[in-house]
Amino acid sequence: MSNAALILMISVQGSVTLITAYFLWKVLKTPTESGKTKNDTGD
Amino acid sequence: MAKTSDGWGSRIGLVLAMAGNAVGLGNFLRFPVQAVQNGGGAFIIPYFVSFLLMGIPLLWVEWSMGRYGGVRGNHSTPFIVDSMGKSRIWKYVGVFGIFTNLGIISYYTYIESWTLSYTFQSIFQTFHGMDRQQVSAAFNTYAGIHGGLKDNQLDINFPVVAIIVFLITLGINIYILSKGLSGGIEKVAKIAMPLLILFGIFLAIRAVTLGSTGINGCSTCNSHVGLNFLWNPDFTSLANPKVWLAAAGQIFFTLSVGMGTIHCYAAYIKKNNDVALNAMSAGWMNEFVEIVLGASVVIPIAVGYMGLDWVKENTGFMMAFKTMPYLFNQWGAILATISGVAWFGLLFFAGITSSLAMGTPFMGFVEDEFGWGRKKASIVLGFIILILALPTILFFEYGVFDEYDYWTGTVSLVIFATAEIILFSWVFGLKKGWREITRGADINVPVIYKFIIKWVTPIFILTIFITALVKPLNGEMSDWQTAFHQLFSKGTWPWANDSIIAQVFHLKEKIIYFKNGTPTAMFFKDMSRLLLLSTFLGLSYFVHVAAKKRKLKAKKIAS
Repeated sequence: MSNAALILMISVQGSVTLITAYFLWKVLKTPTESGKTKNDTGD
Repeated sequence: MAKTSDGWGSRIGLVLAMAGNAVGLGNFLRFPVQAVQNGGGAFIIPYFVSFLLMGIPLLWVEWSMGRYGGVRGNHSTPFIVDSMGKSRIWKYVGVFGIFTNLGIISYYTYIESWTLSYTFQSIFQTFHGMDRQQVSAAFNTYAGIHGGLKDNQLDINFPVVAIIVFLITLGINIYILSKGLSGGIEKVAKIAMPLLILFGIFLAIRAVTLGSTGINGCSTCNSHVGLNFLWNPDFTSLANPKVWLAAAGQIFFTLSVGMGTIHCYAAYIKKNNDVALNAMSAGWMNEFVEIVLGASVVIPIAVGYMGLDWVKENTGFMMAFKTMPYLFNQWGAILATISGVAWFGLLFFAGITSSLAMGTPFMGFVEDEFGWGRKKASIVLGFIILILALPTILFFEYGVFDEYDYWTGTVSLVIFATAEIILFSWVFGLKKGWREITRGADINVPVIYKFIIKWVTPIFILTIFITALVKPLNGEMSDWQTAFHQLFSKGTWPWANDSIIAQVFHLKEKIIYFKNGTPTAMFFKDMSRLLLLSTFLGLSYFVHVAAKKRKLKAKKIAS
């Protein structure tokens, strides 16, 4: 594999993995939805 | 509208079901093919730009629209969009959100049944010892494909085993749908998604570590050559509109936007529950499966044994069934069995989580508007799918399958996405829309997306729609230049075969329905269009009836 290909592959796949893991972790941190009103600006 | 008792059991269940909706066969089969056909590494840049400017905004818009409609008792797109727009016409635009799913699910379930059958065939080592031609021939036999139409003879594909497995697959889908969201779909997603990712990781590791096989003295038979081709950046192709169109198209398919399924799933979320983080979580999980796993399986393994030139010429959807079992055979009986189960198993899980999502809009519609129970709704859905699916199975070689895919799996998505983004940003209004996206949000939604959703995404989608309507020749930059030159000098336009206008009016083909008394492929093509059009009109009629019922009910309450 060329260096350019390797760098692109590792950076893209690595970033996507990290971002996915971050969002999943945030979801798992607050597992149940209980009708909270944070940021709720109303109708 | 009806009160529904259905709902999601847990947040992670919802996210996994939404991710399962998006993750489909296309993640493993369509994405690598598109990347190969559009310049390898260069494809990823327009792909990501499309994801950021069109995919993410559409995810937020559809999740918000769904929740907005759901809290008002609407669980399918006709009345979700109706609750947001002032004109009566919107509910008929919303019909696309049911129609598209009925069209796609009918041929998608058939492919899903192939993956189920091939999983068991892998367990029983059916392909053991077969060469590539034999594996390919085995698939043709299974699907009843004769390999070309004969003159003066009606070629009906009647693959008995494939039809039985299709009926079993359809039955599984209907059974799960009848169990509802938390009791059926969510349970399946919680099992299927982790297994799918596990199988994908196993195959990706095997592909990346395969390296050079040196099979038959082939110098390019190296999985790293395949990876290099996929990831080597070629920035010249960034100026090619064809690559941009392909990348944007892939984002549509992969995220399942413009279908109505996301609206429907999100319609069961409570008013103040987050959609911003949930949408990102499901959307990025789909990207992980596509870019990290999908890009690391088919192409590297195929290049590892068949060489780069063969893959460039032969890469396509059918490789999954006609080539992969042969490639797995090269790893010995035990590993071939494990890999076959992992490959077809992951495709089956990817397929079923998507087909279940496609069944939900119809279920939501009849439950809301006609008060049907889940069991009745799912059985009727099963019969509709069966009726729509039979032509794609029996007249597979006449192109009925491709016709369904083109109109429901391509054109309808773009039409509905164009309409919904205009509705959300301009008719409903972005001020209210933004409030919906950020209500209860567990992440800070970047303010730049206000501008993107109002201007960039609609222009982006409109450009895709118009380009798809009038695409010239092969859609390359030089083809557009030639087309405009021809338009101004001769007053004609060189239509591409797959441009929507050329397809609608058969501009590139002669209209012949019968040849020596035998129906031609065009006859079946137009009959399938008629069937799809009738389905759309039929659904529109039921939406009309439902709207009338709502009016009467409102009048009764008022009096």
